[in-house]
Amino acid sequence: MELRYEVSVSLHEFDALATDSHEAFVAELPEPPRIAVCAVGLMGQQAESERDVASAARVMRSNYEGPVSILAVLANRFEERGSGTIVGISSVAGVRGRATNYVYGSAKAGFTAFLSGLRNRLSKRGVHVVTVLPGFVATQMTEGMDLPAKLTAEPSEIADAIARAVERKKDVIYVRPIWRLIMLIIRNIPERIFKEIRI
Amino acid sequence: MKLSGWGRYPVLEARVHRPRSMETLQQLVASEPSLIARGNGRAYGDSAINTCATIDMRHLNRMIAFDPASGQLIAEAGVLLGDIIAAFLRRGWFPLVTPGTKFVTLGGAIAADVHGKNHHRDGSFRSCVDWIEVMGADGQVRRCSPQDDPDLFDHTLGGMGLTGIILRAAIRLQPVETAWIRQTTLAAPNLKAAMAAFEAAQDATYSVAWIDCLAAGSNLGRSLVMLGEHAGRADLSPRQALAPFQITSKRKLSIPMDLPAFTLNSLTVRAFNALYYRAGERKTGTRLVDWDSYFYPLDAILGWNRIYGRKGLAQFQCALPLDRSEAGLTALLSEIAKAGAGSFLAVLKRFGKQDSAFSFPMEGYTLALDFPVTPKTLALLDRLDQITLAHGGRFYLAKDSRMTSATLRASDPRAADFHAHRDSHGFTSRFTSAQSERLAL
Ligand SMILES: Cc1cc2nc3c(=O)[nH]c(=O)nc-3n(C[C@H](O)[C@H](O)[C@H](O)COP(=O)(O)OP(=O)(O)OC[C@H]3O[C@@H](n4cnc5c(N)ncnc54)[C@H](O)[C@@H]3O)c2cc1C
Ligand SMILES: NC(=O)c1ccc[n+]([C@@H]2O[C@H](COP(=O)([O-])OP(=O)(O)OC[C@H]3O[C@@H](n4cnc5c(N)ncnc54)[C@H](OP(=O)(O)O)[C@@H]3O)[C@@H](O)[C@H]2O)c1
Repeated sequence: MELRYEVSVSLHEFDALATDSHEAFVAELPEPPRIAVCAVGLMGQQAESERDVASAARVMRSNYEGPVSILAVLANRFEERGSGTIVGISSVAGVRGRATNYVYGSAKAGFTAFLSGLRNRLSKRGVHVVTVLPGFVATQMTEGMDLPAKLTAEPSEIADAIARAVERKKDVIYVRPIWRLIMLIIRNIPERIFKEIRI
Repeated sequence: MKLSGWGRYPVLEARVHRPRSMETLQQLVASEPSLIARGNGRAYGDSAINTCATIDMRHLNRMIAFDPASGQLIAEAGVLLGDIIAAFLRRGWFPLVTPGTKFVTLGGAIAADVHGKNHHRDGSFRSCVDWIEVMGADGQVRRCSPQDDPDLFDHTLGGMGLTGIILRAAIRLQPVETAWIRQTTLAAPNLKAAMAAFEAAQDATYSVAWIDCLAAGSNLGRSLVMLGEHAGRADLSPRQALAPFQITSKRKLSIPMDLPAFTLNSLTVRAFNALYYRAGERKTGTRLVDWDSYFYPLDAILGWNRIYGRKGLAQFQCALPLDRSEAGLTALLSEIAKAGAGSFLAVLKRFGKQDSAFSFPMEGYTLALDFPVTPKTLALLDRLDQITLAHGGRFYLAKDSRMTSATLRASDPRAADFHAHRDSHGFTSRFTSAQSERLAL
């Protein structure tokens, strides 16, 4: 990254699940960041999450508790300072629970709600919050899955969209416009029908 | 998954692995009986496909070190040439050798030992390679260079992935003052004139010709010869000189779907080619062109391979020795014009000297053109193979998707040596592609 973009980069070991350490983690950074992007997430296996409470808890904590904890600490710092941008990568999976991945989806739903609340709280405090709702992205998380090419973004597309959203102070972004439409439809299917279909 | 090269012919069902770490890669080499590395899939045919295990190298794409004193970049094989340009052109560096698309990986450029418009002066890609690291069938990584383990180096450059997996390389970039090229266009009414223009332009840094492969008779070989030099600061307008490495980025067009095959018949090609030549004729002379339009005109049309329809396209590229180039090219172009099956994209280029174990270029001329895949064009390609053989020429494996092993052997005595080298290192059963099997390499 340093070579490609002529920027200086420093790495800091971080465990989202070790929530007790988050205050100290932020305090020990060489300088408080101007922009914080949270890309932590864990898909897990839905079938395993259904069988095993501990696995389900891990998915929930990785997508909700951990990200929320670190962003809460950063949010307080940013609020004190009166500036900063927080970007949370949530997911379209959080828009409506589906049989195939609702444990992950429910945690993302919680995370999306958290980001929305945080934005509401800090909007008058000079701190901007961006919620990113990607559809499919070709990463490790989805490797080996048979995803429709037209709906699947490259990680660099997500990165470009985030950079634009930060510059233009966007609140909620989808990547690839088609997903806004898809989610509009999914959101509006009556529950009576939704419960019968497999998507 | 279904996998093909850039020509989308042939399409094969293959298992693809996408390692993100050296350890995963090492495990794959240890566990897969046979495999082949794949870069960005810009070779036209089946050279980067192994149906059992194709190793997509694009995640191993770190840039590791750059020395601004020498211009040496050390990077992993999955880095794209376009990424190198994006990172280093603004600092005044450009690849020494580049093919006609920037969407190739470093590994692919090395494995095919690609050539650019400056081959007559600067040679093939190997000219800028200081060393490479290659993982062998035993999972061991060996660093080789023209000095250390020159045998492995020589066989890997141009070895089409058949001597192991290229992991990293140190390449030298060339210093440039601006992002612009001073392009001079000459109209050559026939082949003789085009070749004379190349011979007269031996000192030009870049030279290439677009050739109208449907022109026949006295117009046979009618071409626009394009020469280029890196522009200096003094060549730029005052506005350009303010930001000499900046060009306005163009809107990318993309071909959203396969066009029906009839869009590309000899009539449309003939009309296009004639128009292009006339337009070029009027625009002869010198002008400034930005690097992206100059080196990569086709990259502006994403997915242009789709204009050839669902059946895909086949490229033909041969190199002919200097003393038999004129006769060979005349015979090839006559055959193509007679069949009326040409393409928009026919390119003629003068090659300089090349001395290597299995790289494609040889001193002389190279002709490259596309055909839609149909039974008729496949038969024409077989005839072009024979003409090339009869004139002592050989074929570019990065473009090939249909040649026979007998043709390869007849064209290139080095093929047997290459096979023997592979055999003696136990590579023949371990590093194999659909192409290497077809060609019995
Ligand atoms: C529009 C266009 C223009 C072109 N113009 C030119 C040109 O002007 N000159 C020229 O020389 N070529 C040209 N080419 C061909 C192209 O440069 C080569 O085919 C190049 O090898 C493609 O690189 P890639 O990363 O896409 O590799 P792939 O197509 O994925 O693979 C090509 C070969 O490289 C091997 N390979 C890839 N990565 C590795 C690795 N890490 N280790 C070992 N082996 C590896 C593969 O096994 C395969 O044999 C052109 C292609 C296109 C589509
Ligand atoms: N891929 C998709 O289709 C898709 C779609 C919508 C949303 N998303 C979201 O996009 C974000 C990025 O995911 P991705 O697709 O890039 O998948 P990924 O490669 O699996 O990335 C997930 C990241 O989260 C990190 N992580 C997980 N648990 C952690 C923990 N306890 N502490 C610290 N880091 C932890 C992982 O770090 P390690 O590698 O070190 O484990 C990894 O870098 C996630 O929030 C994901 O939910 C992805």
